[in-house]
Amino acid sequence: MSASAEATVLITHAVGLHARPSVKFTKLAKSFAAEVEVAVAANGPWFDAKSIVKVMAAKAPKGTMLHIRAKGDGSTQAVKALVDLVQRDFDEDADHARSA
Amino acid sequence: MRIEGIPASPGYAEGPLFDLDQPPASYKAKASSDEEQAALVSAIGKAVGRLAALIETANGDAAGILEFHIAMLEDDALSGPALSAIGSGQPADAAWRAALDSEIASYETSDQDYFRARAADLRDIRDQVLRALSEDSEAATPPGAILYGDDIAPTRFLETDWSKGGGIALRRGSTASHVAMLARSRGVPMVVGLGDEGETRTGVALLDAERGAIVFSPSPAEIEAFRQSASTFADRQGAARTFLTEPAVTKAGTAVRVQVNIAYPSDVDGIEIESCDGVGLMRTEFLFGKTVPDEETQYRAYRNVLEWAGDKPVTIRTVDAGGDKPVPGFTVEETNPFLGLRGIRLSLKRRDIFRVQIRALLRAAIHGNLKVMFPMIATPEEYSQAAALFAEEQAALAAQGVAHRLPPLGIMVEVPSVALAPEAFADVAFFSIGSNDLTQYVMAAARDNAAVAHLNSVRNPAVLRLIAAVTAFGRERGIPVSLCGDAGGDPAAIPALLEAGLRDLSVAPAQLAMAKAAIADVAV
Repeated sequence: MSASAEATVLITHAVGLHARPSVKFTKLAKSFAAEVEVAVAANGPWFDAKSIVKVMAAKAPKGTMLHIRAKGDGSTQAVKALVDLVQRDFDEDADHARSA
Repeated sequence: MRIEGIPASPGYAEGPLFDLDQPPASYKAKASSDEEQAALVSAIGKAVGRLAALIETANGDAAGILEFHIAMLEDDALSGPALSAIGSGQPADAAWRAALDSEIASYETSDQDYFRARAADLRDIRDQVLRALSEDSEAATPPGAILYGDDIAPTRFLETDWSKGGGIALRRGSTASHVAMLARSRGVPMVVGLGDEGETRTGVALLDAERGAIVFSPSPAEIEAFRQSASTFADRQGAARTFLTEPAVTKAGTAVRVQVNIAYPSDVDGIEIESCDGVGLMRTEFLFGKTVPDEETQYRAYRNVLEWAGDKPVTIRTVDAGGDKPVPGFTVEETNPFLGLRGIRLSLKRRDIFRVQIRALLRAAIHGNLKVMFPMIATPEEYSQAAALFAEEQAALAAQGVAHRLPPLGIMVEVPSVALAPEAFADVAFFSIGSNDLTQYVMAAARDNAAVAHLNSVRNPAVLRLIAAVTAFGRERGIPVSLCGDAGGDPAAIPALLEAGLRDLSVAPAQLAMAKAAIADVAV
């Protein structure tokens, strides 16, 4: 039986999971061996969290409840790290919040 | 021939037009699909290499955009569909174009501005690879040119030498695009939304990105008037910088309070609190973007701004949804939303939602100098009902032993009934004139309708008379009066506002310096 983990987190960053936030998000996801997926609804569709093209296609704006799930080695750590990143507003300042 | 658009980055540019929509050089087909695939992979690699080289010289914002482009290009999910189309017989350039065009189409149909604006990034990514495929670099932009086209690629912006002036004029485009953001931070004049006028334009043009217009084939008189405006703009801008950190004072020595308007809590990150007298308007609609936010989310957002402001006042406006700002699950569909269930009318109708905001505000109030105002008040009953809800929630919090404070409660003056008979509101703590809505209601000209934009002037004598009357009433009764509409930051409107008696303006953060400079020039 392989490990798995799942969590939901509210996107509070002004522009949502777009452009620069999605670069950081996918980079972090790629640092884990586990298979990681995201969705904007509990029943999917699920997108590969390591592909920026797919993550952008999820179209998750500010205020979205983002669902994150992972399977395999380090899945718990992967989900936790990604949730933290979203909660920290992707470590961004307001620069492009204003442009949005 | 003058065409009006929307200013995306203020400034003036005079120079030759450069056509952004020239077709790129053509691609030579290869002998086999394997070679076609190899050509595409190598072109993507080349595009990534060029972007990586650009990052070296780019600053924070620009580097972030380039990193995004690189991440997209390096993602196999982007090239996958093109590579398999090549496998079934398509040439590399057509396959790549088709794959990217379908991605672009999905961005263009999004209902969110921010996401739609990313279509320009995708087009840029597409064209960089097409350029690398055809191995023919595009014609370089002549220095000082006005780049004119449907839209502009961020890399085109970054590759252009702006040190010799120049500007950007777009038939479509968006003020929310990455290029618009870069243009504002670099001070490159830019106008969007000029629309199709069906003609190819060449020669010299004048770009007025302060008002939002372009003049093709200008007459000598137009050129002279333009240069005058451009030079006063440059003077004002240069002079303004020295005003930013100083308190605002008129030529006659009258002090004027200048506060800022903010839309997102994170807006304050880029503002020095020392440069302003507080927050004259904090909108709360942002919290209601897609869903109705819970109490904790609101409390945290309000508290952050209050703590940032220290002992300076922060005036938070209760949610002004409706009108042109719909919120799913909260606002209602109406045929005439500007005259419908919006602002306080909606909050009083949906008290469950309003009470959540009230509790968050009462709790946040202990963290700073909070004032709360209600939007779209038309009658004194609306104010007393809203104030009564504050009293009820305050009592409930007290009973639960939750720390809180009742902030001063004021109203927006934007419905003419209030401006005409302010004496009915003598018990409010303060007035804040919402000049955008007041003007549209006095002039019966919708704010979002370009066809009647010429009527929407705060400097119309009828609007100014109402502003003066409210200000005079406030002074007589000791009720503070401020103004938080766009007019407050408009150097052209500031003299009239000060002459109408106002001494407290709230402006967009980017307008702080220019507003203070304009105030210093007024002799009241």
